[in-house]
Amino acid sequence: MFEDFILILDSTVRLSTPLLLACLAGLYSERSGVVDIGLEGKMLGAAFGAGAVAYITANAWLGLLAGIGVSVALGLLHGFASISNRGNQIVSGVAINFLAAGLTALLGQTWFRQGGRTPALPEGGRFTDVTWPMAEQLRDVPVIGPIYAELLSGHNILVYAAFLAVPLTWWVLFRTRFGLRLRAVGENPAAVDTAGISVTWLRYRAVIACGILCGFAGAYLSIAQGAGFGVNMTAGKGFIALAALIFAKWRPASAMLTCLLFGFLDAVAIRMQGQELPGVGEIPVQFFQALPYILTVILLAGFIGKAIPPKAAGIPYLKERS
Amino acid sequence: MTAGQLPRWVDLGLIPFLNLAAAFLVSGLVVVLIGENPLEAVQILVWGSLGYGEGIGFTLFYATNFIFTGLAVAVAFHAGLFNIGGEGQAYLGGLGVAFACLALDSVVPWYVTLPFAIIGSALTGAAWAFIPAWLQATRGSHVVITTIMFNFIASSLMVYLLNGMLKEQGSMQPETRTFEDGGRLPFLNDIFPSFGFGYAPVNLSLFLALAACLLVWLLIWRTKLGFEIRSFGANATAAIYAGISPVRTIVITMLISGGLAGMMAINEIMGSQHRLLIDFVTGYGFVGIAVALMGRAHPVGIILAAILFGMLYQGGAELSFEMPNITRDMIIVIQGLVILFAGALEYMFRPAIIRLFTPSQALKAKEA
Repeated sequence: MFEDFILILDSTVRLSTPLLLACLAGLYSERSGVVDIGLEGKMLGAAFGAGAVAYITANAWLGLLAGIGVSVALGLLHGFASISNRGNQIVSGVAINFLAAGLTALLGQTWFRQGGRTPALPEGGRFTDVTWPMAEQLRDVPVIGPIYAELLSGHNILVYAAFLAVPLTWWVLFRTRFGLRLRAVGENPAAVDTAGISVTWLRYRAVIACGILCGFAGAYLSIAQGAGFGVNMTAGKGFIALAALIFAKWRPASAMLTCLLFGFLDAVAIRMQGQELPGVGEIPVQFFQALPYILTVILLAGFIGKAIPPKAAGIPYLKERS
Repeated sequence: MTAGQLPRWVDLGLIPFLNLAAAFLVSGLVVVLIGENPLEAVQILVWGSLGYGEGIGFTLFYATNFIFTGLAVAVAFHAGLFNIGGEGQAYLGGLGVAFACLALDSVVPWYVTLPFAIIGSALTGAAWAFIPAWLQATRGSHVVITTIMFNFIASSLMVYLLNGMLKEQGSMQPETRTFEDGGRLPFLNDIFPSFGFGYAPVNLSLFLALAACLLVWLLIWRTKLGFEIRSFGANATAAIYAGISPVRTIVITMLISGGLAGMMAINEIMGSQHRLLIDFVTGYGFVGIAVALMGRAHPVGIILAAILFGMLYQGGAELSFEMPNITRDMIIVIQGLVILFAGALEYMFRPAIIRLFTPSQALKAKEA
């Protein structure tokens, strides 16, 4: 029973990592007042870029870099449309999702001819699991052993990076001058502008930060968790991350807890497939799949707390009327 | 940069044309990147979609779907709402159509089933839009986010239903039984054999879609409710000050929007598939966003944009046959580019064009 529980928690960590990275990505963007529906597309683009380059170079780090590059490029496109041209941020995000979905499948087919997938990664093209010192020797120690050997040790480096990004994000947003300005520009851009700080440049930096983290999330899917890119491999994870961001009320620590919760739901759903629950009977898998979305809707409705977005989110900033 | 700085034909004609031209130019570049000849690709695409009867039939069939989902997005646009949930609402609309057809198909002819299918699809589609609408109106939760969430919930719900109570007994497929003749709309090929639509599934729903266009035009520009919707969309604060109820306007607009999206299922389920099956919407709801943006939320524009996207879908299928490098994913790329240039980058060319037009106007002002 305890072993089972540890195994579920172990897969919780694996499943929540891409959500967490994408969720933190959205956090930077939305805190600066740029709503980002395009997390899904950026993740997908990054997964493709990482998968393709890691296959060609047989180097996972170059793959990660390529993933970040693709994702940042898409982020800059979002910025160009919604910051420079003051276009509708939602529309721009929708466009990016379509572009990523179409281009990755199209280019994947043209370049690799495997139905849009990238070929299986060669040796070195994938982030392998890191085993912590003494993990094998401690495995048989009761309680602590499995926790250390299964839960803490034996993940790839991007998993640890994702969880380290949480305190880092908190520090950047709440303890640095950049973070203060970033949050201010999401609440009251006019005030920031009056202080002589460029709203445009701040928001661009937020969009770039968002792109970098989405790059990590995408690379995780294709060259750490998986061994290559598959068509539409994000499968809605970007939207779950968006839901998690709202659920966490745009706060880093809550974001981590929410992503762990959503990852846990996913892990349980996989585990529960076809199993009877005493007294309830078999719970359909679809229920667990829909649960993150249902919970987010209930939260948005204000029945559990209230999610108040950054005040200027979604509103393009107009310096002066002409 | 207010409206009125430019002549009407520039605002309504030239700028949308430039935006579209940019989208297709970039699409052409993508084709070049793949290593194919874009002009040849356009030729195949146009021939495949308009060159022969069956091709035209398929183009019109897809266009019917896009008219419904485009109208759904457009009606919401007029109230300043962005309904991304067309996908889920259309999916649920299938449920309404299936209920009507499964109950009546062996008892009455299709023209008796049709009104029930229309009501069923509009009701289930509208019901799926109701919760996001009501939450937006009374609780202030953003309709964009809730409708996205509802798309996913719809997908899970339909998979559950089609694997359970709706599944045909003894079948392995997650779909309902095939409808009898009473649950099938006549194909246009059977009504107008001389057009030679062949095996194209274009059916009577096309006329239903055109009627919906007319009704939406009447509603938005010729009724009190339409005026309220447009006022609310143009300036919510002023509309509320003028005594227009925001809750009523938001909920009614979203119900109409959801109902229109749901009616897409008539074309797909009663008109073509003749059974309810998983994932029959396959992105048509999202295409509605591109269609509404391109058609500038006007029914006439939507019909034209829907036909263009119908051509892309049908011609794209032909294209992937002739040029295996250009898979159907190319359509998704074009769709993304249209949404990008006609929607998000709507204002990109404006400053340049205003500069182009102002000197001459300033000169005229001096002469006067």
